Amino acid sequence: MTVDSNSDLEQQIAEWRAYMRRRRELHQTDAEELEDHLRDRITELTSAGLHPDEAFLIAVKRMGSLDELSREFAREHSERLWKQLVLTGDDAATASTGKRRDLLIMIAFAAAAALAIKAPALFGVDMTDDDSGFYLRNMGLFALAPLAAYFAWRRGLKPGLIAVLAGLFALGAVAVNAYPMGMDTQTIVLSTIHLPIALWLVVGVAYTGGEWRSDRRRMDFIRFTGEWLIYFVLIALGGGVLTAFTVNIFSAIGIDAETFVGTWLVPCGAMAAIVVAAWLVEAKQSVIENMAPVLTRVFTPLFTVTLLVLLGAIAWTTNGIDVQRDVLIIFDLLLVVVLGLVLYSISARDPAAPPGVFDKLQLALVVAALLIDVLVLAAITGRITEFGFTANKTAALGENLVLLANLAWSAWLLLGFVRGRLPFGRMEHWQTRYLAVYAAWAWVVLLVFPPLFRFA
Amino acid sequence: MHITKDLVAASATPLVLGILAEGESYGYAILKQVNELSGGHLEWTDGLLYPLLHRLERLGHVEATWHTPIEGRRRKYYRITEQGLGELAEQRRQWAAVVETLRGVWNAGAALRPIPAPNWGVTG
Repeated sequence: MTVDSNSDLEQQIAEWRAYMRRRRELHQTDAEELEDHLRDRITELTSAGLHPDEAFLIAVKRMGSLDELSREFAREHSERLWKQLVLTGDDAATASTGKRRDLLIMIAFAAAAALAIKAPALFGVDMTDDDSGFYLRNMGLFALAPLAAYFAWRRGLKPGLIAVLAGLFALGAVAVNAYPMGMDTQTIVLSTIHLPIALWLVVGVAYTGGEWRSDRRRMDFIRFTGEWLIYFVLIALGGGVLTAFTVNIFSAIGIDAETFVGTWLVPCGAMAAIVVAAWLVEAKQSVIENMAPVLTRVFTPLFTVTLLVLLGAIAWTTNGIDVQRDVLIIFDLLLVVVLGLVLYSISARDPAAPPGVFDKLQLALVVAALLIDVLVLAAITGRITEFGFTANKTAALGENLVLLANLAWSAWLLLGFVRGRLPFGRMEHWQTRYLAVYAAWAWVVLLVFPPLFRFA
Repeated sequence: MHITKDLVAASATPLVLGILAEGESYGYAILKQVNELSGGHLEWTDGLLYPLLHRLERLGHVEATWHTPIEGRRRKYYRITEQGLGELAEQRRQWAAVVETLRGVWNAGAALRPIPAPNWGVTG
């Protein structure tokens, strides 16, 4: 064997090893064991007179297809798919130090988020007494400022952009704290609801690393939003179990843990979970990628059926939608959920795939939602003409108009797509562009509504 | 002669345990031994031996250790456990029963007559 062919062989083996590393089912040690085997086989074949090239090919062939191999390893080591959630990454050895550093920095940000919500207590603003309103209206700031900071660090944002983002957060803080709104007014409730929405989109700018004009990056952010939500809910469920145990275990030994749980564990845990969930989305993308399309596929038909039955019931009983305020809010939430489903299935969809049954189903969902939106709008307009404009009703009207415009155009684009006239990319483009409308509306409610309605 | 996949899969565990009962060994050597013992008739896909070894390890039939020679690459060796020996004995009993039955069939040859079907409910 010449030196040249030897180094060729080494290079081939290195390529094979790199190829194996990409399989998450195969751990470092498995790969090592298999490589040892491969080398033994090659040695045997070359000593029988084969050229190293040929020996390598035969040895790889005899090893079996990598797909089959990974499947067998996955079957034997099914727990690994879960372990990967936190312990190891895609290319364990080379990137592990970088990953550990990422992990530590994430923990630092999460800890900062957890401590930040306790900071006002140092200045005598306590969670327990009358100041709870302060925490409530600033929740968006406490929750999302650490997340934005985390992404600013992760993406290495330019100082100019960081200044703009910080400015937006400051603006939000001013809007909820400086306007002279009483805690029982409509405008403060609206501000409290719209601040997280407005700031979430600011987080989006940080998430995209400043490329917020790009459709692809915006779509990434939509996908991130859905995945983040799933992780956050999962963490919240676990946190709920922990909380229940904490309270009950300590009450069993005669210690009242409820104050600790209520003022420390839950708020600090929730704030930290926001950062942790974001980190999990980034670190463990493929785990959730398998879950999200399944969820949208399960719930899109269910929501479609629900909406169609609802429309049928309205038509059958000829009952209009009752114009009570809380009922209208339920409908608004319903429309938001529908839009979320649509957005999320778009983000999880392969844009190149041809239209299928699921797209028709989605069209049905959007059309049903559109009809309901029209009914809700009719109810709101009726109420406004009867009682005049208030902050709540105006906000509801605006929200429904924003949703109506989106749903109507989405229905049109989906119809064109299902009939094969429009490419799916148009739908993507529309939805990603529309994010700006949500942002604009949220900021309008936050900044313009309170003075417009005289802080009532 | 080609041995079908099902037979290869069924015989894999007793073969591996049997080879390891002779002494500590590693993947490639086990495979070579299987090849020699079967006269080249038992063709395994090389890689698939390892998930099997890992399964035996998880079940506690074998123990694994990494050995690193002074020169050369480290290698994972497998050794059979007490429990593995018990499993091997059990497998041997089962296989003996199968082989015994088959031998009965092969040896009977022409002497073996099909059992006539009983005449259910037919009254003469």
